[in-house]
Amino acid sequence: MRAVRLIATASLTAAVALTLAGLPEEPAQAGLPEGPAQAGLPEGPAQAGLAEEPATLAGPATRLATPSPAPAVSSAGTSFLTAVGISPDQPARVSAVTGDYLYWSFTASAGQNPTLAATVALPDSGRTGAQAWTVEVFDGLRRRQACVAGEQSPVADTGASSLTLGCRLRQVRSWAEPWDSDPLPGTYYVRLSSTELPEQDLGLPIDVDLTLTAPEGDTGADQGELEAPLVPVNRPGQVLTAAPPVEEAEETGSGFSVPEFSSRWVWTVGGGVLAAIAGLVGFSWTRRRRP
Amino acid sequence: MEPPRVELVLDVSGSMRADDIDGETRISVAKQAFNDVVDALPETTQLGIRVLGATYGGENKKVGCKDTQQIVEVGPVNRVAAKNAIATLKPTGFTPIGLALRKAAEDLGDTGSVRRIVLITDGEDTCTPPDPCTVARELAAQGTSLVVDTLGLTPDEKTRKQLVCISTATGGTYASADSEEQLTERIKQVVDRAALPPPVVPATVAGAEDCTKAPWLAAGVYTDRELIGEHRYYRVAVRPGQELRASVSIALDRELNRDYGVLLKASTEGGRELVRGVDAGSGRADVLSTGLRWSGDDKSEKSGGEEEGDEEGEEEGDDGGRAEGDDAGRGERDAVESVCLIVSNSFASKTAAGAPGMPLELSIDLVDASQTPDAPGLGRGWLLLFVLAIAGLVAGVLAGWLTRWWVATWREN
Repeated sequence: MRAVRLIATASLTAAVALTLAGLPEEPAQAGLPEGPAQAGLPEGPAQAGLAEEPATLAGPATRLATPSPAPAVSSAGTSFLTAVGISPDQPARVSAVTGDYLYWSFTASAGQNPTLAATVALPDSGRTGAQAWTVEVFDGLRRRQACVAGEQSPVADTGASSLTLGCRLRQVRSWAEPWDSDPLPGTYYVRLSSTELPEQDLGLPIDVDLTLTAPEGDTGADQGELEAPLVPVNRPGQVLTAAPPVEEAEETGSGFSVPEFSSRWVWTVGGGVLAAIAGLVGFSWTRRRRP
Repeated sequence: MEPPRVELVLDVSGSMRADDIDGETRISVAKQAFNDVVDALPETTQLGIRVLGATYGGENKKVGCKDTQQIVEVGPVNRVAAKNAIATLKPTGFTPIGLALRKAAEDLGDTGSVRRIVLITDGEDTCTPPDPCTVARELAAQGTSLVVDTLGLTPDEKTRKQLVCISTATGGTYASADSEEQLTERIKQVVDRAALPPPVVPATVAGAEDCTKAPWLAAGVYTDRELIGEHRYYRVAVRPGQELRASVSIALDRELNRDYGVLLKASTEGGRELVRGVDAGSGRADVLSTGLRWSGDDKSEKSGGEEEGDEEGEEEGDDGGRAEGDDAGRGERDAVESVCLIVSNSFASKTAAGAPGMPLELSIDLVDASQTPDAPGLGRGWLLLFVLAIAGLVAGVLAGWLTRWWVATWREN
């Protein structure tokens, strides 16, 4: 009986403490576990850095991306190197021919779930058989990324006038082991192509619509940070004649650092206050009850 | 960066006389399309025009198959001169596509900028051998990146196959056109794509057959050729605290068996594998890519006592025969780790397995290594609050008892 009262007291005081500690957004929701406390967090340095990147990394198209609705992208690259930059909610509309490999690129930051939707208007006449299409996504190191939702590889019958493709990536992580292929902040490539089609159907005109959305997910579970986003190196290589000279590695002072503000601060401080109150309560129990 | 250099190669052979495009002859449609394209060209484009089969009307194949001329030099376009040159063309002779491609590559020179040929034809090569597709592959393997885009004017099956083969061999595109409107749009599209230079022109490198001879590479983008089934080795020096990032793309530039794969492996000079990137596929594709990240053990970066533990771990991983090579590497561990990158493939081809190899694009980057995250210093969640509250309660009760005991003893004394 006593234990029950104890737990009840504890959770009640917890709620009070959290409210007192002042959640940045809605105190009314303090009783809900975890989720809402995350939503209003300030962006970490990695994300803040990425936000600036489309301007420098992607093509001229994305330079105009914010904040008014950006003009549609009207071209597509034909290789990884020439991929044309797109950004969320900036649709791409291009005309191409069957058999083309169309490349676009976009940047994603930790916590996002990039989602692609494409529509291909197929030629009305001249087709002789079914066509299999696919939309593939690669990260900045050209590693294939898995789609967790969406019709990634549909087949269009001879009579079909259009087909739709879609792909949703796994949530972009803020850090991953080097040998892991989790999606990480940086550039992503999209390749839209037909994988199987009758040879005589090559070279016929098509129209392609592609849209990208990047809803934010919860980053609360993520630990660690990628020092540099996965972006392509855009400079010609240089063959060295010998192993580069030995350089003294810099001593990196890894001192104590205070973690940046997050909901964890609120929880921990709240917990401390709660523990103090619980301590006082416990102390008072040992006092002699006066009749 | 220098703008890309583009040359349009137009077929003016006898077959262009056929009047099967909306009642007009193919040549008049092509001329009209060319005029439109010349009008719409961006100022910066370096464009030239070459024709084939334009002058020799006789039957002698030997003479007819040498019939190709450049009518507009590669450079900033003089619209009037270009249009005048186009206007005088008359459909005449043979179709020496292979030779025209070779000459076009010469016209473009090798100035280090991206080169693009747009081939427009209505019929297959009438001068084989050499097979224009083989010629295209050879040309692409020489010098700076050369891409041939092909446009078929109402192509028949043979023409289509040949044009597809040429564009595939060089990483270009193929399109067919059945009307003037389509032709104009396709040429414009191709020229627009060509006018937009890629962000980087990869440096040429030749990978070695084993790690000790492998070239040292700095961060950047490289291009190489790899034969089917060949292994190519490169070396990168990675300093402690750095992360190596490498990606490789192999272009499928020829007819290949259905299933294929590519493997990029990083190993020590002694041959111990560090990490690998792999991808496989089947069916139509233009390139097959994979990549990898690698950074040295976190522990080796920290100074002092932890080094020993690290070395113990290393020894477990070594096997006897290779210990020697790794020992040498370990001596320099604090300075530079040399990492071998090995690119191999599992392509197979029934028809074109020989040289030149398939185009390979390798990009290497060295960035600061990312630290494995520590456990968070702060907590979160209801369980944390519960545990803290219980701890506080217990501490409070204990403190209370202690106080009572202490007060009691104090009173007695």
